[in-house]
Amino acid sequence: MTLLAPTGSGQPPPAPPAARSGRRRLLPYLLLLPGAAWLLIFFGVPLVQLAAASLYDPSGSLSTGYAMTWAVSNYPDVLQAYWPQFLRSFGYAGLALVLALLLGYPLAYAIAQKAGRWNNLLLVCVVAPMFTSFLVRTLAWKTILSDNGALVGLLRDVHLLAPDGRLLATPFAVVLGLTYNFLPFLVLPLYASLERLDHRLLEAATDLYASPVQAFRRVTLPLSMPGLVAGTLLFFIPASGDYINAELLGTPNEYMIGNVIDSAFLVRLDYPQGAALSFLLMAAILAVVFGYLRRAGTEEVV
Amino acid sequence: MARETPAGDLRLANLTKRFGVFTAVDDLSLTIGQGSFFALLGASGCGKTTTLRMIAGLEEPTSGQVLLGDRDITRLRPYKRPVNTVFQSYALFPHLSIFENVAFGLRRRGIRSVDDEVTRMLSLVQLDGYGNRRPAQLSGGQQQRVALARALINRPQVLLLDEPLGALDLKLRRQMQIELKRIQTEVGITFVHVTHDQEEAMTMADTVAVMNAGRIEQLGAPADIYEFPATAFVANFLGQSNLLAGEATGVGGGDVAVTAHGTRFSVPAGRSRAEHGPVHLGVRPEKLILVGSADQVPAGHQHVTGIVTDASYVGVSTQYLVRTGWGTELSVFAANSGTSARVAVGSEAVAYWDPRHAFLLPRDAADTDRTSPVLDEPVGASS
Amino acid sequence: MRLSRWLADRWVMIVALLVLGYLALPILVVAGLSFNRPSSRLSYDFNEFTLDNWRQPCATSDMCDAVVRSVQIGFLATVIATVLGTLMAFALVRHRFRGRSGINVLIFLPMATPELVMGTSLLALFVSAGVPQGFWTILIAHVMFCVSFVVVTVKARLAGMDRRLEEAAMDLYASEWQTFRRITLPLVLPGIVAAALLAFSLSFDDFIITNFNAGTTVTFPMYVWGAAQRGIPPQVNVIGTAMFAIALLLVGLSSLRGRRARRANLLAGPAGHLRRPS
Repeated sequence: MTLLAPTGSGQPPPAPPAARSGRRRLLPYLLLLPGAAWLLIFFGVPLVQLAAASLYDPSGSLSTGYAMTWAVSNYPDVLQAYWPQFLRSFGYAGLALVLALLLGYPLAYAIAQKAGRWNNLLLVCVVAPMFTSFLVRTLAWKTILSDNGALVGLLRDVHLLAPDGRLLATPFAVVLGLTYNFLPFLVLPLYASLERLDHRLLEAATDLYASPVQAFRRVTLPLSMPGLVAGTLLFFIPASGDYINAELLGTPNEYMIGNVIDSAFLVRLDYPQGAALSFLLMAAILAVVFGYLRRAGTEEVV
Repeated sequence: MARETPAGDLRLANLTKRFGVFTAVDDLSLTIGQGSFFALLGASGCGKTTTLRMIAGLEEPTSGQVLLGDRDITRLRPYKRPVNTVFQSYALFPHLSIFENVAFGLRRRGIRSVDDEVTRMLSLVQLDGYGNRRPAQLSGGQQQRVALARALINRPQVLLLDEPLGALDLKLRRQMQIELKRIQTEVGITFVHVTHDQEEAMTMADTVAVMNAGRIEQLGAPADIYEFPATAFVANFLGQSNLLAGEATGVGGGDVAVTAHGTRFSVPAGRSRAEHGPVHLGVRPEKLILVGSADQVPAGHQHVTGIVTDASYVGVSTQYLVRTGWGTELSVFAANSGTSARVAVGSEAVAYWDPRHAFLLPRDAADTDRTSPVLDEPVGASS
Repeated sequence: MRLSRWLADRWVMIVALLVLGYLALPILVVAGLSFNRPSSRLSYDFNEFTLDNWRQPCATSDMCDAVVRSVQIGFLATVIATVLGTLMAFALVRHRFRGRSGINVLIFLPMATPELVMGTSLLALFVSAGVPQGFWTILIAHVMFCVSFVVVTVKARLAGMDRRLEEAAMDLYASEWQTFRRITLPLVLPGIVAAALLAFSLSFDDFIITNFNAGTTVTFPMYVWGAAQRGIPPQVNVIGTAMFAIALLLVGLSSLRGRRARRANLLAGPAGHLRRPS
């Protein structure tokens, strides 16, 4: 009996810091107050404001002012008008995610398990792109994929691309840009969980008659699941809301929902429509995230 | 600070600590003489570390007092007490050099010239020349000695040691035990040492308190506790005992008569903690001697018969298990002194002992024989 | 046979290096373009080697103004977010209080919300409250999205810190304040510095949220975005390359320091006697 009972670590359960006085009990709230207030006022309240704006009378304008008419119809209206962009957002982000997984998993695995003493250097290489401006890097893809560039020339020469075929201003360019921009967000958490993977587990699996493929499927993959889930979310959330790649590397034919929201707020100044689209985007992402988390069986993301 | 107050004994008076519904330390009263080496011995979660932390001021008692001489230090913040601690994992400051670690306490008390003192202290713990290193560059044993120097340099009235040797391997632990004892004799400070290692407690301390479930089960010199334990818990926590359930039927001629499993035994009244009612008759395994038949038992000795079910040769001794007629397996340790022949497994044997080596403890009526050692068990699991 | 065996052993590493090449390619291009004299304002192709861009990085003065503005905003946002976030991290790790899970959600949500939604919702708030947009609204927005990252970074460092070190300090006559100053702060500082660097890079590079709250104020990313339509001056690549070089230098220096410490540890011999306490 006694053998089965859990043995403590020699320490009593960690005690709460003794509540010496009322001032001490207030301390955590004082520490939290400025930061929490900032987040509430500039993150929480705006979301409410956005929700309200999405229900404004769509016939108003910024100059005449908006009337709150609880115009729920804004939602079906924008959905009807912009469903292709919505679908495209999730389609491109999904495609980029698949690509990123195919590229990112071997990369994370190699750094975590195969790189030995080079592991820190390789890790820096993964983060290095983020050292410089996101926009400048995306513009660099314009040069790489340019019609006069070496890459297009090569692909035309080997007939992978028609003589007048292009890479820039195509869906391919947008998906490539999305994959590139958010790949480090996928690789880093994946690396963190693969790094903790004990190499002896794979040896044990092989010892127990698992082929390399089986060892990967039965041991490596399940154990890297937390990193995979976190990385996938960190990739997918910004990718589906992105509009910079579509703008810089694509054409209006590749526009994603972000481009529509951007122009609704900044060009057309149609706040009710923009707000409704923003909210739909957020709802769609939350639905995808929670659906995914439920399937992945993890509630712990952070 | 250490020298302001008159020296004196460390006294704990009705000290109690509860964490929610869990009582870690239960109405503990204790006096630890000045300059003594005192060990608090117990299994994980028995409250020994909590007791230590209350003396250090790192935990506030739910009720009760901590007194140093005549001074009540119960509510004093840790940095106001003339008490220092050697922590379980040393807790050396990783960003400071060894020198600065050792000098830390002196500097906090505003002492400017610390060089001589630190150098002297480092040489006391045989770490001359290590001052410029960082804790991570030292081995476990060296870190342990830095932790000791860092505490001792303040000349506390009481030095608390929280499992200070727990992270060391066996050989180094033995070496450090001797070292610690040497230093304690040298500096003459009261040492309160918390450990779960009975051998460590017995080796080092003048006085041992065996704790269980937040209370002290027995307090005394190591040999006294071992030879005449106060409770069944102590009998099987400190070493191992064969405890036979029986009924005491009163004193006669200086002996207490006991009936156990249909046989009559007797124990000297001076080694009995109960004279009537349910008792445990206890004999240590090394006090039992195995012979082939009852006629080999010398006069004045008592015995039980059984069958040898196991014999483990462990070098200095051979440890036998003897199953008695009523099914209990007794432990018998036979020293490999070359004077007695080995007994074969499966053969019938008689285990006898001198009644002066037996002891008698009160027993819960529901309790039966107990012959196996208490493993490192959590509070309450045994009751 | 031997080739296939060699490939089977190394294909993961080969793929990894190729992917790293994919990640590095745009940076090389940016560095290359910083030495380019473009044939026309709207051209993104290599034309002719020149050092002019590096000699006169501020040839287009509004770009340099934008860089300065980004640095100003980045600096202020970093200071404010680091202070707010560090305080929150201390509260979360060191104290027990009611409403902890609510606070955790409040910190987590901004990291999980698309920047687009944060940007537009802040815009909606500022417009309805009649706040003129510009430098200060950008700063407010940047602090908002940096705080969460600071909290997470500092929290990780704090949580990994042994509480017993502080107890040991108190045991060795250090008062609460001395303990904080001599022990806690030095040990948490690397986490705070890392958080501040992260906050600065997030702020400096932010485009989406800034875009909705900038009014007529132009930060460096805003400038690049606007220039992408009108024609990019090659000096943008100079800034991009310089940023990269500075960041790389910082990382290099810090890892050099780390390596020296590690080497010193090795020289001291393995801590063979130290078993990890449970």
